[in-house]
Amino acid sequence: MKTYFQYPFLIGTIFLFAALIYIYIKWYVKLSKYDKVRFKKFWTTNKVWKAIKDSINDGLLHLSIFKKNPVLGYMHMSLAFGWFLLIVIGHLEVVVAKGGLNFPFYYAIFFRYFETVHATTIAKIFAAVMDFLLLFILSGVVLAITKRFYKKLFGMKRTTKLKTFDKMALYSLWSIFPLRLLAESCSAAVYNNGSFLTNTTGAWLGNMINVSAIYEPSWWLYSFALCFFFIALPFSRYMHIPTEIYYIFLRNAGIKTKKTWESYAQIQLYSCSRCGICLDACQLFDAGISDVQSVYFLQFIRNKVDAEKPLFGCLICGRCQVECPVHLNLNDLRTALRIKASKPLTFSYAYTKKPEQQTADTIYFAGCMTHLTPNIKKSMTKIFDYVGENVWFMDDDKSICCGRPLMLAGQYDSASQLISKNTELIIASGAKNIILSCPYCYKVFKEDYLLPDINIKFHANYIKELIKQNKLPEGKLNLTAIYHDPCELGRGSNIYQEPREVIEHYAHRIPLQKNKDKDRALCCGAGLGGVNLPAEAKNTVAYNTMSYFAKFNPDVLITACPLCKKTFVRDRRIETMDISELVVKAIEQPNDSKSKETKEISYAII
Amino acid sequence: MKKIVVIGAGIAGLEVSKQLLQANLPVTLIEQSSKIGGNIKNYAYLFPDFYNAEDLLNSYQYIITDPNLQLLLNAHVSKIDFSKKIYNVITKDGITIPADAIVIATGYNTFDARLKEEFGYGIYDNVITSVELEQMFKKQEIITPSGKVPERIGFIHCVGSRDAKVSNTYCSRLCCITAIKQAIETKKLLPLVEIFCFYIDLRMYGLLFEDLYLSAQRDYNIQFVRGRLSEASEMIDKKIQIKAEDTLIGRPLQMSADMIVLMVGMEASDFSKQFKYHNDLNVNEHGFFDPINPHNLRNLTAKEGVFLAGTSIGPMSVGETIDHARGTALSVLSYIKSN
Repeated sequence: MKTYFQYPFLIGTIFLFAALIYIYIKWYVKLSKYDKVRFKKFWTTNKVWKAIKDSINDGLLHLSIFKKNPVLGYMHMSLAFGWFLLIVIGHLEVVVAKGGLNFPFYYAIFFRYFETVHATTIAKIFAAVMDFLLLFILSGVVLAITKRFYKKLFGMKRTTKLKTFDKMALYSLWSIFPLRLLAESCSAAVYNNGSFLTNTTGAWLGNMINVSAIYEPSWWLYSFALCFFFIALPFSRYMHIPTEIYYIFLRNAGIKTKKTWESYAQIQLYSCSRCGICLDACQLFDAGISDVQSVYFLQFIRNKVDAEKPLFGCLICGRCQVECPVHLNLNDLRTALRIKASKPLTFSYAYTKKPEQQTADTIYFAGCMTHLTPNIKKSMTKIFDYVGENVWFMDDDKSICCGRPLMLAGQYDSASQLISKNTELIIASGAKNIILSCPYCYKVFKEDYLLPDINIKFHANYIKELIKQNKLPEGKLNLTAIYHDPCELGRGSNIYQEPREVIEHYAHRIPLQKNKDKDRALCCGAGLGGVNLPAEAKNTVAYNTMSYFAKFNPDVLITACPLCKKTFVRDRRIETMDISELVVKAIEQPNDSKSKETKEISYAII
Repeated sequence: MKKIVVIGAGIAGLEVSKQLLQANLPVTLIEQSSKIGGNIKNYAYLFPDFYNAEDLLNSYQYIITDPNLQLLLNAHVSKIDFSKKIYNVITKDGITIPADAIVIATGYNTFDARLKEEFGYGIYDNVITSVELEQMFKKQEIITPSGKVPERIGFIHCVGSRDAKVSNTYCSRLCCITAIKQAIETKKLLPLVEIFCFYIDLRMYGLLFEDLYLSAQRDYNIQFVRGRLSEASEMIDKKIQIKAEDTLIGRPLQMSADMIVLMVGMEASDFSKQFKYHNDLNVNEHGFFDPINPHNLRNLTAKEGVFLAGTSIGPMSVGETIDHARGTALSVLSYIKSN
């Protein structure tokens, strides 16, 4: 029996594989020399198993989405994992039926067309399993269609916008499985070769219409739907399905996002599934900004739309990165693109005067932002005096910026100039420790400075050490406090615990709700990443964040970032201070007024 | 008899009351502090002619004894009830005052300089505000908070004005000329002191203001540096180190001064800010009351029988405030007559 309906499917499949192989090889070739070595070595290590595990968990089962939202997770799982099983078990079925591998590979896809009778019990079981899987996938398709129209059902406020190829891929994807159901039902009506699902729908169809008239066309349509989907896939957001697996393997090989936009960044760009989960994490929607969010912005880049405004109009707070089910390095991607998009500055930093060189064991580097909040500077000096720490206040008089703001603005070369000036000074001082009171400085010192054998400490960690060594006074102040995690410190440098411990040592900390705490903490709105964000937008974010804190009615709001402090102070609803100011308050508090009893903490009802 | 309530006994409220009393209308004047006068009490002399502010305030004292005036001191208005035809003004102490017409003359607040932490107000001793300097003029003695006769003073313009970082993008208009007036007065008291004014640009909008600016340079040798302060820090000898950029030369600049004076701008009063989310009276994005239009209906709100006077609608000088308040009084009179 000669058939032709499989050709659309074959054309689509060949096109898809050719396109994928071409693109993947191109990306691989463009990886840096070291990354290629990393990737080759990776195959000999245990990390491969981790990559396979991640691929199953995220690529097929979509567990990350499940954790965020079970309905949405089920939708992704039924489509990805269901389809995967349908293919694997479908082939197995053919192997069993044919008793070997001697069949064309499309055979499994259209098996019910070719298999006209169930000869054995095993075949019946296979048919039942295949029907079940089809039902499983169809439930996902129903959810997907529902989601387009009722996104609230999925706990999402927003969903993504589509372009032509996305639409083509989306509609063909939606139709593949209903068409398969139709085709198999027709077969079942004619040959009774289905199972509980297709036999039932087949019988039902048979009662209504003359099935033999639509029998052939339905298989043709099914084949065309597959063809359209496969051809549209490399140009649509569904490119993420194969690319995500590629990304998972590269990520597990230890490859990192660079400051320059290169192949690994490109792969991440195409791994974005545009699920839109990141959207609800973005605080800028409340300020009426709806084009900078990671999913849109990556879409602009992929579609080569001018994205200067969205590129520089994001606070780089990283709230979206935490939510990303594909674990894309969204902050690094944006920074790399900024560096790529920036023209070099027309002036140099040659005029910056270096402070006088000194030698010291410990350096305190306040940074520009601490200089703009001099009470933090003063508090740090007081703490050093109190514990008798001999420090060189490196940027007391003449200061050179740490370089982080320029980095966030995409000015990599200018930032590097400042970094090398500071590095020279620090190395020449012979210091072993450097203490920083600004999370921006801390992050750039940790990640972009080459300071071998020098301990880089954030002030909260340093204070925590002092408490441990009993160098600071004991006794709680009679204060209830909320701790605000600065983006650059928490999500940026993974420091959450030490500031909390310091605060709990001196005040009664009110815990926040889990979805607004630690890596999900709100942004103050003043992030230095928001290069061209209008002031009103920043103010709205600040106002909303403060409104959240105000519900708990604390005595003080404590943060560990000069920029957060400056932003919140302006609001005036809650007294705001840096963690160092709290310590100084405790140092200066007369002994008798320190309360040993614990104060009743009132929890806000929200 | 129609009853009029005037909220705020600064010069705007006093002027409105004065005009209405002259027309034999009963007025209830509500003031939150214990004395009349409002913000003008902060000033020793007025620009551009160094007129004595106290004399101006005293010219209103006589109205207090007018039998048609009911003056409520230490009274905070907590609510205005617009639900009935005759409005009710309710104070925190629970006093309810019926009103046929209400004049809002709640003035302005000076900017809280602690919000510009980088200038060190409240952190370093020798950082003061223009209001505090004015108190020194009243005593005719200028001594830095650390107890020294200053040899060099920096005047910092636009503190809390034209500054998106503190959410005040508007110009307060009067601080430029106030700085020049204060710099000259300082020079008169301390002829040897060096004075540097740091400005963005100088807005000499009044007829005689430019002359005073010229005189400051020519007759008093006051230096003007175009550039906003980036930060101030304290040195070991309690002097204040200023970091700025001289934008005319295009170079960063560092300088030490015995004292710096922050020219604090004008902000909307707490009273007007509380109407921000209130539909009865319109408040603009800066927190000031919005008159129906800024040209020929500058005294009227969209609410019938509620009028505005003075700096409750935005920064104004003393003379402009009094003119505006007179216009308000006229609007009130014609409203009362037609009802």
